[in-house]
Amino acid sequence: MGMKYLKETPSQTAGPYVHIGLAPGAAGFDIYREELGHDIAGPNPKGERIRVEGLVIDGTGSPIKDVLLEAWQANADGHYAHPEGGGEVEEGFRGWGRVITDFETGEWGFDTVKPGRVMGRNGRLMAPHINLWIVARGINLGLNTRMYFADEDAANAEDPVINLIEWERRRATLIARREDRDGLPLYRFDIKVQGQDETVFFDI
Amino acid sequence: MKPAEFYARDRRWHPPALARDYKTSVTRSPQYAAISLQNSASELTGPVFGHNDIDAIDNDLLANYAQPGESPIGERIIVHGRVLDENARPVPNTLVEIWQANAGGRYRHKKDTYLAPIDPNFGGCGRTLTDENGYYYFRTVKPGAYPWRNWVNDWRPAHIHVSVFGSGFAQRLITQLYFEGDPLIAKCPIVATIPDPQAIDMLIARLDMNATIPLDTIAYHFDIVLRGRRSTLFENRLEGN
Repeated sequence: MGMKYLKETPSQTAGPYVHIGLAPGAAGFDIYREELGHDIAGPNPKGERIRVEGLVIDGTGSPIKDVLLEAWQANADGHYAHPEGGGEVEEGFRGWGRVITDFETGEWGFDTVKPGRVMGRNGRLMAPHINLWIVARGINLGLNTRMYFADEDAANAEDPVINLIEWERRRATLIARREDRDGLPLYRFDIKVQGQDETVFFDI
Repeated sequence: MKPAEFYARDRRWHPPALARDYKTSVTRSPQYAAISLQNSASELTGPVFGHNDIDAIDNDLLANYAQPGESPIGERIIVHGRVLDENARPVPNTLVEIWQANAGGRYRHKKDTYLAPIDPNFGGCGRTLTDENGYYYFRTVKPGAYPWRNWVNDWRPAHIHVSVFGSGFAQRLITQLYFEGDPLIAKCPIVATIPDPQAIDMLIARLDMNATIPLDTIAYHFDIVLRGRRSTLFENRLEGN
């Protein structure tokens, strides 16, 4: 192997019209046979069906209405749908989704299943979590964070990633609050890009 | 040797979160430092796409939204190149998605109100999978420059937005492709968020006369580099046990 490395292509903002490329229906037109990322868990996933909702909020406390998120998660067994994902997943389970906002309110939401625990580094299990990647106008390089679950106290307490955050009060920014809506579990996860109670982001 | 973590992202090569001349970044940039995270399966894996996900016409923006027998207005171009990693190895079978304004600088988006007209034969998006050599290509029209509200008289250079996946979620990247020789590149506050001129140079597609189809379509060449992975020379207990 030679030692002549290339440099990564530098990032640029996704801009305000990211939907044209990644979710054209939201931009206002129908072009592809099927848009990607609408169905995270597929038709027959194991585990608990859940809904996740939230806002992405800027430094003035206002919702970022043109944000786009991508979610990446394991199935209920803690396996990612990938050759290095730790094991089999159900037919049709992709574990990846694209999440767009209501342009009037900035509210977003997606339906999925609650992921299982995934083996982390050095043989330490991670608590159930959904990886999130956030792009928008004004965001120069996509922001990475994780959403954990409020009803997983014991697993969260020993999660090796949460425990990397030295400020205990900042850890709470990664925990989605559990509510119920018509008997279905709903997790609320607001992401604060800047300012008071700023969400923890990761340099992965 | 087994592949291990991705090389750390060079945060001085990418634009910083806060770039004051790009005004929108001022309230959309985290103030606290990001927490550095060594890769686990959550970052090393990512979505896998196949030919069932897309159609062959999806990479042809001259045809994928045009009425039968018609095509969009504008300079017909090919954009092609390879997706590589930092080890200079091709990244095969990875999803590349693009979007852009039409030849007049107008986007087909319900939030774009620029006075240049919508082109009825142009959607403005495309997608493709790289082949086994990491190669990809699109056919489209050259996008127009357009004004935007930053300073009073800012114009974006002609550009195509490019989204790429790679094999792991940590490689996820969105960037913009510019065109060789465009005088607006040097004036653009979004381009200028990137500190190093050599990094900006990676975003400039080069006129490619050899790939140009005579009397038909002019070609530009644009390679994309994603993060590379280390090989495990020594066991670092990534997976544990």
